Amino acid sequence: MDRNELLEPFDKMLEALSTPAQVRAIEGGAPYAPLWEELVQSGFLDALVPEHAGGAGLALADVGPLLQALGRHAVPLPVGETMLARYLLAAAGQAWPEGPIAFAVARAGQDTVVPSGLVASHVLLECDGALVLADAGSGNPQPTGVNGSLAARMRWDAVPAGTVLPAITGGLRAVAALVRATGMAGAAERLLEMTTAYANERVQFGKPIGRQQALQQNLAVMAEDVVASRLAAQLGCAGGVVASLAAVATAKSVTSAVAGRIAATAHAVHGAIGISEEYDLQLYVRRLYEWRLADGSESYWNRLLGKARLASADTSIDWVRAQLFA
Amino acid sequence: MFDTLALASLPDEDEALRPKIRAVVQQAIADMPVESRAKSWLGFDAAFSRLLGQEGFLGLNLPKSYGGQERGPFARFVVVEELLAAGAPVAAHWIADRQSAPLILKFGTEAQREFYIPRVCRGEAFFCIGMSEPGAGSDLASVRTRAERTDKGWLVNGQKIWTTNSLHSDYMIALLRTSGKPEDRHAGLSQLIIDLKAPGVTIRPIVDLTGDAHFAEIFFENVELGADALIGNEGDGWKQVTAELAFERSGPERIYSSVVLLDAWVRHLQAVGRDDDATLAMVGGYTARLATLRAMSIACTARLALGESPVVEASLVKDLGTSLEQELPIAIGDDLGGHPDEPVDAGLYRALLYVTQIAPSFSLRGGTREILRGIIARGMGLR
Repeated sequence: MDRNELLEPFDKMLEALSTPAQVRAIEGGAPYAPLWEELVQSGFLDALVPEHAGGAGLALADVGPLLQALGRHAVPLPVGETMLARYLLAAAGQAWPEGPIAFAVARAGQDTVVPSGLVASHVLLECDGALVLADAGSGNPQPTGVNGSLAARMRWDAVPAGTVLPAITGGLRAVAALVRATGMAGAAERLLEMTTAYANERVQFGKPIGRQQALQQNLAVMAEDVVASRLAAQLGCAGGVVASLAAVATAKSVTSAVAGRIAATAHAVHGAIGISEEYDLQLYVRRLYEWRLADGSESYWNRLLGKARLASADTSIDWVRAQLFA
Repeated sequence: MFDTLALASLPDEDEALRPKIRAVVQQAIADMPVESRAKSWLGFDAAFSRLLGQEGFLGLNLPKSYGGQERGPFARFVVVEELLAAGAPVAAHWIADRQSAPLILKFGTEAQREFYIPRVCRGEAFFCIGMSEPGAGSDLASVRTRAERTDKGWLVNGQKIWTTNSLHSDYMIALLRTSGKPEDRHAGLSQLIIDLKAPGVTIRPIVDLTGDAHFAEIFFENVELGADALIGNEGDGWKQVTAELAFERSGPERIYSSVVLLDAWVRHLQAVGRDDDATLAMVGGYTARLATLRAMSIACTARLALGESPVVEASLVKDLGTSLEQELPIAIGDDLGGHPDEPVDAGLYRALLYVTQIAPSFSLRGGTREILRGIIARGMGLR
């Protein structure tokens, strides 16, 4: 299928549904059910589900651009997680609930931060070696206290009741990291577009600030980082929902490592307005920072990747070819 | 933005070249020490280049009618990747194969194609690029060296500098002023092929800080060239050079200059058994970036394979790639120096300091970083 045949209608839909006003409303506590209902009706939530189970049967490589679009539009619901959860449930021969599903990796008796945990009806939870789809309420979701964040602090004292799934090779954190990496690539792209447009509009000293060579140099580096994020996320998705450690690690490492630099340039070019609540920049910057921490930052994935790399006698090029480009 | 750079894969038929080029390379460099292999694309070995020609690994992008392989950019990617991964000495044929022959194919006369390209494909005609001049640097449009029309052809006077491998090359493709003045900028520039054995050509090596002499300065004193020295149309030099630079900036050569050092360092870590968190994170971070750059470089190659000239995208990959190439020796130096009680192999030590010393050139050759970022900014609509 042509990538754009899939992406364009999805992107248009999000443009209409996930407006900055809508994102702010849901972040402020407005009900998410009307937005979710529209997403359910669109059918996109079943993009990865096999055709025999009623889905579109697409590969993650095809769906990756959609996951990026979710980040581009700061969609305030766990749409990517739900798409992947539905695939995993379908693969296990299990039914899935209608509501939004968040991902959580937790240890019994310990708090864990669950992205989109405040706007999920269910949680796909990996806890003490078990993988289970449980009601979100089982984790007693609490706000993190971070302004505008839809993440929840959750805690389970034991594996809760729910639909039991077979363990995922590499763990649920790896699947979650792919959602995060693609979302970051999308948010980063939006920041680049906003920042470039602003640099062309904002006049100082009698000319657009984008005419300043110093800004051009920084924006060029920002573009490089954004393109690197996109390609890293695509490499991750090319491996499927349950990708190799190398694919997941590369995607999350690169997108997380450049996130700070991308956000810093976006803010520097925008000046003080970029810090304000009323300007949309913050919707994407906040997500970049939050998603960098979620499901393992760059050093977490780098350690795992480095360990796997050092265990091999191959050259670096042979190793990445075999692990990521096969 | 830059949406055309998307994940692409190497076609199976081109990937199939890998075992054969690998066998050729392994046999040729089996005894080469790591510090020599770390020279990567600055290693000059005419016999090795001829061997590559005999084995059909030169002219991969060029038509069979001129001795090429008619395979396209993906085949070249595979072969170049294997050469650089091993640290094979590629300098002799490098520029002719990558830039000069494609340029002659695109803009040259039929006679020029038939004369030069088959010899490039056999590894028997080596080229250098005459762009920079004293005082010009990245400002190519300010070229002063002149070629004036005569009854027989052209008369060249002036000087080029920072030309890689001109000492060992047979020909230079020079950007020269054929009309107007330096103030006329892009107008009045043309490309001419100069036989470096012609009377009036003086080549003086420039020894670099590593003790090698890859660069040279070249003086032209009343050098007489035939009328057939002109490539393309008189006055089109600027346009032609711009197209040529897309060949130069987009390949895997812009991400792998430090990869022999990277691998030597990994072998060191394996040998001493160091696997603390900081070490693992460092290895993993560079592995992730290398993998992503490879994906970006293949994405750029895919645009070339579609017949496009991805000037902006190539600049983007080159800048990011040379940043990694330059960061690696500094970081590896800190890592090894940060563990002073670990025994470091003498070859790794020499390779590290060689790459550290020569690394500044990585972002100079083929367009300096700041100029490339200007090209990217233009591609973003900022200029």
